[in-house]
Amino acid sequence: MSAAIVLVMVALGISGLGAEKGNFAASAQAKSQTLEVKIDNFSFGPAELTVPVGATVTWTNRDDIPHTVVHPDKLFKSKVLDTDETFSFTFTSAGSYSYFCSIHPKMTGKVVVK
Amino acid sequence: MSEKKRDELLHDHNHDGVDRRGFLKCMAWAGTGALCVMQGGVLKSYSLSGMPKQEFQAAGELSFVQISDSHMGFNKPANSDVVGTLKAAVDKINGLATPPEFLLHTGDISHLSKPAEFDTVNQILTSVSAKDVFFVPGEHDVLNDDGRQYLERYARNSKGAGWYSFDKKGVHFIALVNVVNLKAGGLGTLGREQLEWVKQDVKHLKHSTPIVVFAHIPLWTVYPEWGWGTEDSAQALAYLKKFGSVTVLNGHIHQTMQKVEGNVTFHTAASTAFPQPAPGKADSPGPMKVPSEQLKSVLGITDVNYVRGRHALAVVDSTLA
Repeated sequence: MSAAIVLVMVALGISGLGAEKGNFAASAQAKSQTLEVKIDNFSFGPAELTVPVGATVTWTNRDDIPHTVVHPDKLFKSKVLDTDETFSFTFTSAGSYSYFCSIHPKMTGKVVVK
Repeated sequence: MSEKKRDELLHDHNHDGVDRRGFLKCMAWAGTGALCVMQGGVLKSYSLSGMPKQEFQAAGELSFVQISDSHMGFNKPANSDVVGTLKAAVDKINGLATPPEFLLHTGDISHLSKPAEFDTVNQILTSVSAKDVFFVPGEHDVLNDDGRQYLERYARNSKGAGWYSFDKKGVHFIALVNVVNLKAGGLGTLGREQLEWVKQDVKHLKHSTPIVVFAHIPLWTVYPEWGWGTEDSAQALAYLKKFGSVTVLNGHIHQTMQKVEGNVTFHTAASTAFPQPAPGKADSPGPMKVPSEQLKSVLGITDVNYVRGRHALAVVDSTLA
């Protein structure tokens, strides 16, 4: 029982450390983290993705029609992605990033960076 | 060939020889290969399959063909041979009783805006009986370079993103571009500059001038959930309100569809590459697979005939089967 309490305290301590600094352990983990959005059936899946600052998001087109990934203010803009082609972008600042397919503008998605 | 007496006019509201019910009925037949022609104020329809070769040669003063959505470069199960089906469309055109004077291609010429794709379409179209081909771009033709390559190849004497107009035998043709500067969540768009140009372009035309507008994405709202519409087309159509006959020819949706609204007849063409589902009948508007022996029956061309003095243009769809 006491070992368990110690473990919990250590765990809290470590997480507390991470929260205080807000960076070292968390960002190191984020930099190696690649999160995925699948493009299929004229939609982005998941339509809204939440990622930590510094994470890289990779979009993969699984549809049988080409698509693009474009931010309205051109913060990021993929070339045309044919089936199985990918596009990646690393989000270095927190914020909410809506994007759409410039070929089929009804296709929209969002990446929330916290 | 049998004449169908039941198509005689019942209500000629516009005094133009077109009975709305009869016209719509005729348009439905057109999808299965029927010819609807105005003769002596009566709208008559004839089945294409039953017609001898030299039918309606003298009837049409202006004859042209619309093809659309060749998507050169597409190579997936819905059609692994878009070259072959485009060639079949050319053969169909060359087999028409009245050779068309020119072709209108309503866009998505290529699938990925690649130079080789455009080259292949150009090469295939050299075999067509028509003397000229006029194009408007689809969204697949303006990828990667904001449409620069499209402009150089197909619209050198155009304005803006590639709009222009021309006249043939008293009919005024207006080519519009509604596939650039698309906004997130939006539909097709014409934009302020192009709309202003349309206004000026038609300003001095007589009201009796027949107008044909062609653009890639439909200029009426077919199905907004799939982006099948143009946000600001109402303004363009408002500039055309004074004309007695306006025909709008579009592509993009890879199936034939017709709508008549007052003085405007809207028509979309089939693709020469692959069909797409009817609005809402699938999860998404992507390529629709059909059994290979049925493919040619869901691809097609559109033959358009204008007889001087007649009101509506006769628009006839036929498949590649």
